[in-house]
Amino acid sequence: MSELEFDHLNVWFGENEDRVDAVKNAGFTVPSGASFGLVGESGSGKSTILRALVGLVPTWSGTMKVAGVPMGKKRPRGFYKDVQMVFQDPYASLHPRHSVDQVLSETLKLHGFDDIEDRIKQLLADVGLGPAFRFRYPHQLSGGQRQRVAIARALAPEPSVLLLDEPTSALDVSVQAEVLNLLADLREKQHLTYLMVSHNLAVVAHMCERVAVMQNGEIVEVMSVHEMRAMNPAHPYTKHLLESSMGYKPNA
Amino acid sequence: MSIISAPNQGLRAWLMTDTPTSRRHAQLAALYSAWLSLRSNTMAMLGLCILILLLLVAVFAPLLAPMDPLAQDLAGRLAAPGEGGHWLGTDTLGRDILSRVIYGSRITLYIVTLVALIAPVAGLLVGTIAGYTGGIVDAVLMRITDIFLAFPRLVLALAFVAALGAGIENAVLAISLTAWPPYARISRAETLTIRNSDFIAAVKLQGAGPLRIITKHIWPLCISSLIVRVTLDMAGVILAAAGLGFLGLGAQPPSPEWGAMISEGRKVILDHWWVATVPGLAIFTVSLAFNLLGDGLRDVLDPKEGKSG
Amino acid sequence: MSNLLDVENLTVTFPTRSGDFDAVRGLSFTLGKERLGIVGESGSGKSMTGRAILRLIRPPGRITADRMDLHGQDLLSLSENEMNSVRGQKISMIMQDPKFSLNPVMRISEQIIEIYRFHTGASKKAAWDKAIEMLNAVSIRDPERVMRAYPHEMSGGMGQRIMIAMMLITEPEILIADEPTSALDVSVQTSVLTIIDRLVKERGMGLIFISHDLNLVASFCDRVLIMYAGRIVETCAADKLHEATHPYTRGLLNSLPRIDAPQSRLEALVRDPAWSTAPSVSARQ
Repeated sequence: MSELEFDHLNVWFGENEDRVDAVKNAGFTVPSGASFGLVGESGSGKSTILRALVGLVPTWSGTMKVAGVPMGKKRPRGFYKDVQMVFQDPYASLHPRHSVDQVLSETLKLHGFDDIEDRIKQLLADVGLGPAFRFRYPHQLSGGQRQRVAIARALAPEPSVLLLDEPTSALDVSVQAEVLNLLADLREKQHLTYLMVSHNLAVVAHMCERVAVMQNGEIVEVMSVHEMRAMNPAHPYTKHLLESSMGYKPNA
Repeated sequence: MSIISAPNQGLRAWLMTDTPTSRRHAQLAALYSAWLSLRSNTMAMLGLCILILLLLVAVFAPLLAPMDPLAQDLAGRLAAPGEGGHWLGTDTLGRDILSRVIYGSRITLYIVTLVALIAPVAGLLVGTIAGYTGGIVDAVLMRITDIFLAFPRLVLALAFVAALGAGIENAVLAISLTAWPPYARISRAETLTIRNSDFIAAVKLQGAGPLRIITKHIWPLCISSLIVRVTLDMAGVILAAAGLGFLGLGAQPPSPEWGAMISEGRKVILDHWWVATVPGLAIFTVSLAFNLLGDGLRDVLDPKEGKSG
Repeated sequence: MSNLLDVENLTVTFPTRSGDFDAVRGLSFTLGKERLGIVGESGSGKSMTGRAILRLIRPPGRITADRMDLHGQDLLSLSENEMNSVRGQKISMIMQDPKFSLNPVMRISEQIIEIYRFHTGASKKAAWDKAIEMLNAVSIRDPERVMRAYPHEMSGGMGQRIMIAMMLITEPEILIADEPTSALDVSVQTSVLTIIDRLVKERGMGLIFISHDLNLVASFCDRVLIMYAGRIVETCAADKLHEATHPYTRGLLNSLPRIDAPQSRLEALVRDPAWSTAPSVSARQ
């Protein structure tokens, strides 16, 4: 069964002559329990797809389905219990004046849970933060710890789909490894479906089974990670991305 | 000494901790670190001390004032400072100026407190609603704000007092009505930057509605810059209140309001300087104190001026 | 090899509420006509090192060193005025994001020409010609049009090329590039690096290339310093970086996901407190 389905998706910003088409005629499906990657450079529209799906960008046309249910103008009440998102920059996605405890308890309350106390403890344990972190404010946390809090917040409603918008691009490589390991463990334990956006092909290769390559709002190629690892892309742009990601080559 | 300092050290460490153990603990630790950075600002502390002094003077006015501020003594009118037991002299009706200034601090604090409670709250409401909602609501609310901003403050206050009638309460109302638009503008500007941030998007994804987002997520971030602005504006409020009093539209005689006292002293300022100068100095000191404190608070609270670079 | 820059025991200190904090601790290295890479994670002091060489640390931060010589001339003893003529003329710096380094209300031509005339006193005409020549050198196709444009009309890649042209127009001996390509897309990255590479080779400059990207430094530089907690933990030839021996360097290398080979788990870096107390390795040659 397909958990996520996109078909003829167009997303734009602005109207009339100011209109910018961020996503053009995109279509792909993500099976339940799979991990799907969207790669491309900045401005290629990859994050816009995630934002359109969760209702942060209202100007779109085409079809988006979650577990077979087509999305309309507004997201139904239960939508956010199923689909959650982790943002790119953990320094921007946590309220600077809210402690970890406030962030998690508010989220749990909004989703109508009663056993908040126990769930906070469990969530912190799930993302590898001890109880000592519970009452800290964001400025008392490192980048990696903040991203763990953001992941805990996304996991709070027990979603089945996690949208990951460049979850490690603001982090150092050693911290990136920890967060990617955590995400891989969580997916296995909680049977999550991932839709991950990244400009880093190695990260996507590590996390995903299938990858869509985007350029200027269009999906130029969808391929399996095996094809990507074999450096055997069909589209010249993908080839170019792959070569650039391998480091500097003179006269490239 | 060691007996006292030992638990003191413990408390300090408890407040400085990076690993708070409860909600209350975390809030106290955050407050304490703000207090530490405010304390390191000498001028702000000077301002704070003056204001605490003002508060104490107002509270203990009956004990501190050597005489009845309203008691007239026409025989001893316009006595120079020091003359006849009047440390700061007497005014045109022979009332002790020191006692009047001491009792006047109550009126000043009363006005300042009421304005500080009304204007920023009104501004915060209008600004955040306009900024978060956008569209027509924003346009209408902001045009109303612009209308209020189009008039000079004192002129508008005069118009209100003239319509409502003279008196302290009406002066407070008039000043508040003229003071809220800048707060609305600040709150709106802050809201516009905050509402597009990822942490607001994140809480939207938890299904939070506009009311919760505005009150729980946007207000706490607007309030710090409003506090700074309010503190800096207090000097202006005191002056506006004094101005209304001076023009006879604020506190009514025989009430010892500082502006009204200057107004009375004006008639005799050339021969009897102290009558207008003493309340003038009082206004000056308190205004300065608010400005110093406001500058210090800006360093502590305003995240844009933060030191992490 | 003749050294352009010779640094010994460089320390950058910031006073904090809980005592002095050393962002850079006892760094020693030399720079010849080579591409020297400095890698490390955020907070390792790599950017501070670049700024300290130009004495761009704002008070209350302090720079101390036993030696910081440019061609035998002690940079620490120069007056602020003399330092101004070193900055830009002898040592230039390219920052991470061109958006914040270009003045948004001045045309590009004014900014380039001002820098050139400030350092050389050339005529306006000569400066214009030189600027066009430099823009050509950084592969800008239509330099006349770019000269008349404002920074906001430029894309990120163009902005960074303009910055490079600006920084190299005075023909400095040393170029410090602090993450010059990390704000750019990979496809633009390559062309910007190619330009830096070519200019450094053609003009015989020394390059200090500061980056967090190990693969990039390994493939782009000649020699690498690996920094951790304000110290150099290891130094090696860039093409030997993947054979580095220090556990920190190894940990960083192993924590990178790879395209060519699948890994079931990424290796998490286990930090040894001894790394941040061990003395800094000297990278003087």
